[in-house]
Amino acid sequence: MNFNFKHEWIETNIGLMAVLTMLAISVGGLVEIAPLFFIDKTIEKVDGVRPYTPLEQRGRDIYQREGCYLCHSQMIRPFRDEKLRYGHYSLAAESQYDHPFQWGSKRTGPDLARVGGKYSNEWHVQHLIAPRSMVPESVMPNFPWLLTTPLDISDITDRMMALRKVGVPYSLTDAEYKANVARFGETVAKQLHIPNAQQSLIEQANFGNYDGDRSGISEMDALVAYLQVLGTMVDFNKYKDDAFVNDR
Amino acid sequence: MAVTTYSGAEQYNFEVVKKFGVMSIVWAMVGMFVGVYIASELAWPFLNFDSPYISFGRFRPVHTTTVIFGFGGSALFATSYYVVQRTCQTRLISDGMASFTFWGWMAVIALADVSYMLGYTQSREYAEMEWPIDILIEIVWVTYLILFVGTIMRRKQPHIYVANWFYVSFILATALLHTFNNLAVPINLFSMKSYSLFSGVQDAMTQWWYGHNAVGFFLTAAFLGMMYYFVPKQAGRPIYSYRLSIVHFWALSFMYMWVGAHHLHWTALPDWTSSLAAAFSILLLMPSWGGMINGIMTLSGAWDKLRTDPIMRFMIVALSFYGMSTFEGPMMSLKEVNALSHYTDWTVGHVHSGALGWVAMISFGSLYHMMPKLWDTKMYSRKLIEWHFWLATIGIVLYIVAMWISGITQGLMWRAFDQFGNLQYSFVESVAAMHPFYAMRAIGGMFFLTGMLTMAFNMFMTIRQGKRESAALEAKLASKLAHA
Repeated sequence: MNFNFKHEWIETNIGLMAVLTMLAISVGGLVEIAPLFFIDKTIEKVDGVRPYTPLEQRGRDIYQREGCYLCHSQMIRPFRDEKLRYGHYSLAAESQYDHPFQWGSKRTGPDLARVGGKYSNEWHVQHLIAPRSMVPESVMPNFPWLLTTPLDISDITDRMMALRKVGVPYSLTDAEYKANVARFGETVAKQLHIPNAQQSLIEQANFGNYDGDRSGISEMDALVAYLQVLGTMVDFNKYKDDAFVNDR
Repeated sequence: MAVTTYSGAEQYNFEVVKKFGVMSIVWAMVGMFVGVYIASELAWPFLNFDSPYISFGRFRPVHTTTVIFGFGGSALFATSYYVVQRTCQTRLISDGMASFTFWGWMAVIALADVSYMLGYTQSREYAEMEWPIDILIEIVWVTYLILFVGTIMRRKQPHIYVANWFYVSFILATALLHTFNNLAVPINLFSMKSYSLFSGVQDAMTQWWYGHNAVGFFLTAAFLGMMYYFVPKQAGRPIYSYRLSIVHFWALSFMYMWVGAHHLHWTALPDWTSSLAAAFSILLLMPSWGGMINGIMTLSGAWDKLRTDPIMRFMIVALSFYGMSTFEGPMMSLKEVNALSHYTDWTVGHVHSGALGWVAMISFGSLYHMMPKLWDTKMYSRKLIEWHFWLATIGIVLYIVAMWISGITQGLMWRAFDQFGNLQYSFVESVAAMHPFYAMRAIGGMFFLTGMLTMAFNMFMTIRQGKRESAALEAKLASKLAHA
């Protein structure tokens, strides 16, 4: 065995160098990302998590558009202070229908993973229009245009179809609809049915009247509907304190 | 009658280098101005002016994209085209392709900035561009790869110079990262809007695999390439250790790709992934410091240059900041430290000690070295380089000190309990406590921006001077020929 490796071989051959570099940079991602799709425990088994309704999804689009994620995380960590401040730590299951994820990386403002139900709709509307009228020390921008801009619902079907393509169980056929009835119950399944999308969006907006103005559906309706559902899908009273410990 | 000078256009394609060089300075001014503006918005929120287009959430990606890809990207295109031609002693294989990468890349930055202000974003940090812009990036990038590797293949030397290894690694890694992080399904072919292919935990992991390696390859490996050419050139000495450059090149390329998940400590990402990332983050200290030592020690025997040469000072301070932030990074990737630092301004400070201290300072040094050579002249004013150096350094120090204090204060306030076991502070009390530091950060940014404006003026005068000199030379030659 007389294998006398010289780095010179690589330094004088750009093809070899490119191939070896490609190998070196590919390993990390393969080892860390690929298994997340296959290891069952990655996403906890938990009841209650459902895809967003059309109105909530439109609200989520607006949340993303305005860059809320740059100052608000949606990922509660398993610490005592975060439990007291925000509630139960976030589960992977809770963001399984989030395309894209909105975990965030910075808390210039507080975490919003469980903001749903903490404040009234009226509070949210006022706070989004003029944050400092509710919280004087806040540095959040005003978002007055949300209330005055009608929500564009013309492409809601396209949006749900795209989400269906990436794996969100919105139903298109009768069989899919029935599967959703079995999985999420009839009320929810109706809202997840793509042929009903516009109608169920309008119904939810009118029924919820999130922006306090019944004359039309504004972007504010959608955003508040989204904020009010955040973190409310899983009923943690049903689970023991250490129910999810082994999933990590 | 062509004048064959040092920057002779026949031998090398310096046209594209000049264009990218100038635009890197232009984008730096734009991006840093937006940076100062959004920093001021956090200190004085009225500056959002109730306008959707410049509200913090839409304006922040304009800042990050313009400085990283506009300023940093253009500086990398410029220096990589310069370095690959000089070290391979050959011209870029295609002027058309080179020109395409320039106009394509400029279009990417301009379209991205405008689209963010209009509300189009994938909300993936440092990859906010929506799908049509992503496709344009992909095309420009593959062209860049072919052009760069093709030029290396035409080299007149058997050996590929070490700077080019780093540039190749950066181009390959960026292609890989960009492709997989931007997999998305558009809602229809006439809409900018798309939804990412992955969701939740897998999406988060993919994004931070990208996000940290945008730092690791775009902002580190590539700028190390810059360092490996311009530091020895400016110092007039060979690289300190050839062996060290081999070891730290392979170690850096291999290890960086593992560390992204340290952005996801204590989240719903499984522990095994983030622990693995933490382990590699700590290991990464070694190749990082290998690069720093190799750069700084190149000056060994010529330390007096630090006193006499402001360009050298930019480079050595850059390497020092590189060493500091690659120590701070592994420290912040320890789970216990991360529990305090994550979600706070400390992270923002850390990024800026790398981005301003390392990336920007090494780019300034390299541009000050390269730009006058392209126009075959000397820098217009040495004094202004000195001014730039001090404005930039003071700016960085103000910035990172403010963010250290505010970050650690936030982290401590959030986890403080009173004697009854209740949370001691409401969240908004921590927001209020940040105000002086946000103001201080904005002022630090203003210092840095002022330095940048100084540089732009100095460069403008240098280029004008270079053009005048070459015109004078041409005229002289022409008159001599006429009399002959």
